[in-house]
Amino acid sequence: MLEALAHGPLRYPLTAWPWRAAGFLLAGGVFAAAVYVGVGALLTAPFGPVTGAVCAALVVVFAAALAGPLEWWRLRLVDHDLARPRPNRWTHGYGIVSVLAVGWADLAVVLVALGIPGLLLLSPFQPTAAAWQTVAGPVAGALLLPVAAYPIGAWAGVRGVVARAVLAPGDRELHEVERSRARLVDAFDSERRRIERDLHDGAQQRLVALNVKLGLASLDLAALGLPQGNVAVREVGEAHALAKEALAELRELIRGVHPQVLSERGLHAAVRDVAGRSTVPAELDLDLPGRLPAAVEATAYFVVSECLANVARHSGATHCRIRARVHARVLRLEVEDDGTGGAEPARGSGLTGLADRIAAADGRMLLSSPQGGPTLLRAEIPCGNPSGS
Amino acid sequence: MRQPLRIVIAEDSVLLREGVVQLLRRFGHEVPAAVGDGPSLLAAAREHRPDLAVVDVRMPPDHTDEGLRAARVLQAEQPDLALLVLSQYVEQTFAEELLAARDSRAGTGYLLKERIGDVEEFTDAVARVAAGATVVDPEVVRQLLAGKGPLERLTPREREVLGLMAEGRSNAAVARRLVVTEAAVAKHIAGILLKLDLPPEAPDDNRRVLAVLTYLRG
Repeated sequence: MLEALAHGPLRYPLTAWPWRAAGFLLAGGVFAAAVYVGVGALLTAPFGPVTGAVCAALVVVFAAALAGPLEWWRLRLVDHDLARPRPNRWTHGYGIVSVLAVGWADLAVVLVALGIPGLLLLSPFQPTAAAWQTVAGPVAGALLLPVAAYPIGAWAGVRGVVARAVLAPGDRELHEVERSRARLVDAFDSERRRIERDLHDGAQQRLVALNVKLGLASLDLAALGLPQGNVAVREVGEAHALAKEALAELRELIRGVHPQVLSERGLHAAVRDVAGRSTVPAELDLDLPGRLPAAVEATAYFVVSECLANVARHSGATHCRIRARVHARVLRLEVEDDGTGGAEPARGSGLTGLADRIAAADGRMLLSSPQGGPTLLRAEIPCGNPSGS
Repeated sequence: MRQPLRIVIAEDSVLLREGVVQLLRRFGHEVPAAVGDGPSLLAAAREHRPDLAVVDVRMPPDHTDEGLRAARVLQAEQPDLALLVLSQYVEQTFAEELLAARDSRAGTGYLLKERIGDVEEFTDAVARVAAGATVVDPEVVRQLLAGKGPLERLTPREREVLGLMAEGRSNAAVARRLVVTEAAVAKHIAGILLKLDLPPEAPDDNRRVLAVLTYLRG
């Protein structure tokens, strides 16, 4: 409500928000006014002070019982993000105070804000109005009417903020925690991509060039026709071998940081390639609708490569199966092996890290690994709308 | 000395580009153009009509796979142009895309950049690709060979031979590599094709490599 007012003050009167704000204020104000009038009427009614007081008390109790739910209902008019009502012990108390004690103020704001342009609009019907007033009054009223949206919106917004703070104090923070966790995962992934790029464009290119230089140097040395076992030839040969080893290691390291095939061809291709490198034969059963969000793909890839490493290291399996489906915007990923089972997150083996990584993507991990096997690990990662194809 | 070739090079790292140019010239090849990005490669290939283009996968401006994309454009424009694609990493996915788009008349190669350092092997691959062969990096072959069920029927020696075949080597080259006679290699190959239910010995190495790769990725 207040956000709409602050972010688009000029567009604001054209949105639904002024109507919602007025609805919010009137719902409380009219209810409060009805209770006041009812109680007043009963107390002054001609059927005795005792009966009147008892009836008035009954009305107040009834109104108090309705105030809590009413407050929830009207709060949702001005607060889009509000979760499903979860009445707590504050609901009723706050509802009574807000509706019955402050409701008159809600009504007053609406009446004052709409009253002035309203009176101006009605000025032609006043018997004392001068001729110029019958023209200028409605014009000024019509101009002032949209302005009334602002005090109404501001007051409703403030009331909404207070109500949310009392009725749903944890919601905002939960939201914020989730968002910051998602930001963290995103930052983590883009950092990995940056490191991959830097290594690729920097150290790796230089090492490749060094490798070529050493190859050329070997050629030159060979052309000199030096005797067998020459020290220079041997040293250059060893340096060349070391450079090649360094390159191979760097290549594997970079693939571990962030495989390029993942960013360019997506999860399906990347999983296929990592499965192709697995020492334990892996059968693939992937049915994915095009590309998934980058963070989801990165997490899923991490799950698969970590699982395949575990299968190769601990399970004693001869075969494993990777299955992936997206259903109801949740990626369900399963890695199953025919090994000896007994995998326990408590015993390390990277399973806790895996669970953390999945949890950070707002997903969950399920593991079934009885002694004697088989082991089934399932990751469920929410992925919003699949994009592209 | 082999037959000299006209080769265009596309590689964005200046250091490496110069190294490759130097290397190819050393082996008697002519390098009319060495460029640093995809569009310049297309222009150079159109202008110089080389026998072979050596192309880096990842180049400016996007630093993703513009080399591969430029290679595909060239495959369509100049069907008889041989292509040797280099990359700092190899993945079977990229290998398949490259091989799937190739014309049977032109040679195609896909190698890790670090293979350039093995100067003689690299120039050998250049010559074979220019002659119309398919050369796939041993790393890709290793990925393809890893853990496929029916391959377990092969003996270790047959797997070795299959790996070398998939790299695009001729029987003679395989024989030299394994220090056996060509007749022994032919016998192994017959055994492999039989066990994998592949059509018996195709006349040229090229189709044989493709048959093996198709089988492996199937």
